[in-house]
Amino acid sequence: MKNRRMLFQAGLASLALTAAGYLSIAQAQDPLKVGFVYVSPIGDAGWTYQHDLGRKEMEQALGDKVTTSFVESVSEGADAERVIREMAASGHDLIFATSFGYMNYVDRVAKQFPNVKFMHATGYKSGPNFHNYNARFYEGRYLTGVVAGEMTKSDVLGYIAAFPIPEVLQGINAFTLGAQSVNPDIEVRVIWVNSWYDPGKEREAALALIAQGADVITHHTDSTAAVQAAQEKGVYAVGYHSDMSKYGKDAHLTAATHHWGDYYTLAAQKALNENGMAESIWGGIKDGFIDLAPINPVVPQATQDKVAQLKQQIKEGSFHPFTGPVVAQDGKEVLPAGQTMSDQALGQMNYYVKGVSSKMPN
Amino acid sequence: MDLLTSILFATVVAGTPLLLVALGELICEKSGMLNLGAEGMMSIGAVAAFVAAFTFESTLMGVASGLVAGALLSLVFAFITVHLMANQVATGLAVAIFGVGLAAFLGKPFEAKVLPSIKPTEIPFLSDLPLVGPVLFGQQWIVYATWVIFAVVVWFLAKTRGGLVLKAVGESPDAANAVGIDVVKVRYLAILFGGAMAGLGGAFLSLFHTPMWAEGMVAGKGWIALALVVFATWLPWRVLLGAYLFGGVMISQLFVQSSPIPVKIPAQFLSALPYIATIVVLVLISRNVKMIRLNSPASLGKPFQKERA
Repeated sequence: MKNRRMLFQAGLASLALTAAGYLSIAQAQDPLKVGFVYVSPIGDAGWTYQHDLGRKEMEQALGDKVTTSFVESVSEGADAERVIREMAASGHDLIFATSFGYMNYVDRVAKQFPNVKFMHATGYKSGPNFHNYNARFYEGRYLTGVVAGEMTKSDVLGYIAAFPIPEVLQGINAFTLGAQSVNPDIEVRVIWVNSWYDPGKEREAALALIAQGADVITHHTDSTAAVQAAQEKGVYAVGYHSDMSKYGKDAHLTAATHHWGDYYTLAAQKALNENGMAESIWGGIKDGFIDLAPINPVVPQATQDKVAQLKQQIKEGSFHPFTGPVVAQDGKEVLPAGQTMSDQALGQMNYYVKGVSSKMPN
Repeated sequence: MDLLTSILFATVVAGTPLLLVALGELICEKSGMLNLGAEGMMSIGAVAAFVAAFTFESTLMGVASGLVAGALLSLVFAFITVHLMANQVATGLAVAIFGVGLAAFLGKPFEAKVLPSIKPTEIPFLSDLPLVGPVLFGQQWIVYATWVIFAVVVWFLAKTRGGLVLKAVGESPDAANAVGIDVVKVRYLAILFGGAMAGLGGAFLSLFHTPMWAEGMVAGKGWIALALVVFATWLPWRVLLGAYLFGGVMISQLFVQSSPIPVKIPAQFLSALPYIATIVVLVLISRNVKMIRLNSPASLGKPFQKERA
């Protein structure tokens, strides 16, 4: 009786051991499953397109050590939580959620899946298995502002913006400061379309700005509609996210571009090697997160040189786009002369600088 | 173009899809059929037009495909409501949801592709007139086509036997049937016309307005067009006026935002304005029963069953 039971137990144990062995072997051979959640269609230019380029670069760099999957056009609502949870539940080890509005959903799902690593782009929350990454878009914005300020004849620049969050305000203000640095008379007009991706509305906004005299248009939205509208109307445009020059051959002056590939590779590598997580990061030109698209030859060489020099200075850290005095729209000084703005102050930006002539939405 | 001209120009552009869809819906409702599927038919029209224009590199093919696609989807509505006598409101809503979803699915491979933009057709001399020149005579040809369709609808309703037959069917299908009118045929044709116009409205968006397809690009314009028909109390001239009024509200919102004039109206309120206006008008006219009786088709939304001999 006793023997039999022992035999049974031994058998069970060996079975369990074998199973565990198989599992651990399987685990060692299993590639890292990496998921991406995108807010808009990938298309061939724009925010999501750049993230997808990053995903492909990571695949290229790590080969069969990773497999990736993605879901595009996930709206920043309850849908997002469903998609993120589904990814976590289906065995993904590392999930990149690439839009600001996903933050609270990622936060919630991350708590329910402590073994899955979550990376959220452009947010500010984090947790033990939930880090965030962001780019200093404003560095690129400042440089494109310099180009726009040199090229405008009407001294009116148009800006199509998505949502009044710090990241977008940093962009508007950096663009304005950059333009002012070469053209103190410029005025920047802003239209909020309350959407990251609504080509129809982005286009109508661009046309409204052009009708109000803006001769350089830029946008903080995902589609190429603004650049197309500028091309049609014979004014200039500054693209965003990607080089959008093929949508406006004559109009496209340059673009502030994003590059996520190195970071995605690094984050996946960390997860692979040490089962660790990449730190939260706010990377700029220095880190290769931000760059400029080739500058249109219509821009004078002197301006191009100046932009190249400024870019180098930002890279070296000898110049910060938000260097005082920074004066808000209402005339209040928000940063005294000579100081550079802290990351915390940048992260809480909720005002227009002087030179923006539109009123802030309430 | 000065600022006022630009605003008026943009107003006409923004009002054009509303006008197209609302004219189609007007004819449809005049026959007694309430098709709430405009949003879905517009979406299908937009995607079909884009795909055809992109594939065949022809705007005309795009426009034709948009028309046909909208009409085909309305045929589904027609079959279910006219033949099977299902509830029109429920069927219309289903068609709207189905159309939006199907369009997103079909359009997936075409997301973020673009077509060359279509230049306005300027009418010589007239388009040089101050203020109204570019607004009335410097538009894309589809805008002129919309005005022609409007004129035909007005003429059809007021001056033709067909218009009388249509209205008779909408007022009392039983009476119309008794005098030998084929009620089913009339209703089918009216629904098809409504679907075709909604499809054309969608084609306007994806070919002429923003030459691209994006999921959700119809963005509620179908619902505004439905509200517009009621707002206009089923009168074509008021549909015309209302379309440009609603279009103007949508546009002026953007102009107000970017102007340095400190006007503090939340953009969300302005987006809701067409619906608020519709409710206000409905409340006003329901105080005057005669006015509704005069214009609203008496059998609107009621199924018609031919008596068996």
